[in-house]
Amino acid sequence: MIKLVYLIPLLPLIGFVIIGLFGKTFSKGLIGIIGCGSILGAFALSLGIFFELIGQTEKSITIDLFSWITAGKLSIPFSFLIDPLSSLFLLIITGVGFLIHLYSTGYMSHDEGFYRFFAYLNLFIFFMLLLVLGSNYLIMFVGWEGVGLCSYLLIGFWFKNTAYNNAAKKAFIMNRIGDLGFLLGIILIYVTFGSISYHDVFMQAKNFSTGNPVLTAITLLLFVGAMGKSAQLPLYTWLPDAMAGPTPVSALIHAATMVTAGIYMIARSNILYTLAPFSMEVVAVVGVCTALFAATIGLAQNDIKKVLAYSTVSQLGYMFLALGVGAYTGAVFHVMTHAFFKALLFLGAGSVIHAMGGEQDIRSMGGLKKYLPITHLTFLLGTLAIVGFPGFSGFFSKDEILAHAYEHNKVLWFLGILTAAMTTFYMFRLYFLTFKGDFRGTHDQEHHLHESPKSMTIPLIVLAILSVIGGFIGIPKVLGGTHFLDHFLKPVFEDSSFRMVHHLSEGTELMLMAVAISVMGISLYYAFTTYVKNKTLPAPESEELKPIHKLVYKKYWIDEIYSTVITKPLNFISEGLYKVIDNELIDAIVNGIGSLIKWKSSKIRLIQNGNIGFYIFVMVISIVLILFTRLI
Amino acid sequence: MSAIEVVPLNWYLMLSTILFTIGVLGVLFRRNAIIIFMSIELMLNAVNLLLVAFSSYLSDSKGQVFVFFIMAVAAAEVAVGLAILMMVYRNTKSSDINVLNKLKW
Repeated sequence: MIKLVYLIPLLPLIGFVIIGLFGKTFSKGLIGIIGCGSILGAFALSLGIFFELIGQTEKSITIDLFSWITAGKLSIPFSFLIDPLSSLFLLIITGVGFLIHLYSTGYMSHDEGFYRFFAYLNLFIFFMLLLVLGSNYLIMFVGWEGVGLCSYLLIGFWFKNTAYNNAAKKAFIMNRIGDLGFLLGIILIYVTFGSISYHDVFMQAKNFSTGNPVLTAITLLLFVGAMGKSAQLPLYTWLPDAMAGPTPVSALIHAATMVTAGIYMIARSNILYTLAPFSMEVVAVVGVCTALFAATIGLAQNDIKKVLAYSTVSQLGYMFLALGVGAYTGAVFHVMTHAFFKALLFLGAGSVIHAMGGEQDIRSMGGLKKYLPITHLTFLLGTLAIVGFPGFSGFFSKDEILAHAYEHNKVLWFLGILTAAMTTFYMFRLYFLTFKGDFRGTHDQEHHLHESPKSMTIPLIVLAILSVIGGFIGIPKVLGGTHFLDHFLKPVFEDSSFRMVHHLSEGTELMLMAVAISVMGISLYYAFTTYVKNKTLPAPESEELKPIHKLVYKKYWIDEIYSTVITKPLNFISEGLYKVIDNELIDAIVNGIGSLIKWKSSKIRLIQNGNIGFYIFVMVISIVLILFTRLI
Repeated sequence: MSAIEVVPLNWYLMLSTILFTIGVLGVLFRRNAIIIFMSIELMLNAVNLLLVAFSSYLSDSKGQVFVFFIMAVAAAEVAVGLAILMMVYRNTKSSDINVLNKLKW
């Protein structure tokens, strides 16, 4: 089965080519079958590889496909690496990807760009699989850029809307800043190790001493790449804007898969990071700051997708916190559970938007529980999972992260708990305002309300089940579990394990859980009293908000600050350079050379006077001159 | 001792120089296209003469082979050149090359 790994990315690629080239003439049903079928095939293969990997002792298999780049001493084969980490990501990408494809067949069924949408989605899956399968940094970079491209195409999917196009461009440019860091990191890796394949790099890295400045530089540069792709401070602003894309795109790319690429990259390079403690601190601090910062913004947003977007940024911050404190397994665990419940929440939001006829403002919703029973139930389960309700998947993964954070630094833990409290508040605020109370929309909207078709509800149900049980593969020992995931991923993180020496006592661990649960309970109760008992509604657009509320509602004016501090000066300088350097200087040189030649030639062409005698005379004189110069 | 070597080499040199100079001057100063043509032939034959003389004195046949080539090329050139002159004459009713001064900026 592992020998067939090349089929996993190939199937979506074939799907993309077929749909992209001929999709216009196909019926929607056929496009749906090709699009979903190719992903389902990839999922089946991934599942096979996953179980084969569990069954065998050899945990890291490199499969060479062909020699890709050979130049001088540089030789990069096109090869895939199968190990527990990549096989887990394969499952997440193809599994969640398939469900979202299925959902899209319903969600996008009225869209005229149906075939285009599926072509892009398949291309995205292809690049994402390339990203996690590659056995060296260059293949990862190709996938990295590819998913960025697909993200751009899908955010700007409804390209007739200028605001959407701008959001797409913003995402692309912001990512470019991060990608530069990533690229420099790869170059530095090549210069330092003379190779970019994971195997060689990690083997050699073990010989470096802890805190080596070169490793610190490499890891920081790689982290800049991760900041862009995984929407961390200060490069996160593109992700909330990326909600301009269709909702399945938000679920697939901007919640479940692409934005976790940064986490994958750091988890993959865990040895480098473990040997660079300073970078680890940076990752942890940036992560926890992002988590807290985005959560505060999420508290006051009124757009159902914006709340989820900031929640995603916040949860990604959580994952970086986990990476920063050395809890690599915890980070990957949270990637997985987050993929389940965040995809579920986004798809649920999509179902709500679908029913509301495009309305996204939660102030106009309310009481949808009785109109959308399946969406309501699954959304509730997703919410419980994300807030870490005991027994749900989010509980186990968050708990593991918080426990490691506590062990590492109490301040990080406290900020993490604070974020968790806010997460609970804004998620239940979202849930209560959307599904509880009375309907606040227009009469037309109320009339239009309907449960979504089966193609949309089935993925919701499957994801809801996964959100509930997904955490069971990582039940900590203290609760009597075996933590299967920890064992499974052990070979990947083995070399980094020397850093995790001390362990919490069982009592402390249980105490931390109790604290987390009670904080969540208090926050939940507070949200309940505010939005259900007292029926408080978010202020309408016209009302003047209190300063702090307004600060948060306006997202700390970060976009405006970026615009004044970076974009506007940059535009000003460009304008100046354009007018002075380009128009005055460069144009003057180019035009000057042109007119000089024109003037000279107007004189020289007089020699060509049409008189043959003169020509012959010049010819003879010239020959004589040439002969003279040759002979002397 | 072949017949060519009866005459000293210097004389050949002088004769061919004189012939060549006449050719050059003819080309430079005459305006009749046919005379210019003849002058060119004169130059070619001055060169041929020199080639033959040296070839004989140095006992190297390459020079004479060269002469044959020059003759062949000259014959071809005459054929084309005279044809052009015919056309020029038909169009301008003149063989004066100064009539042909239309081709200029």
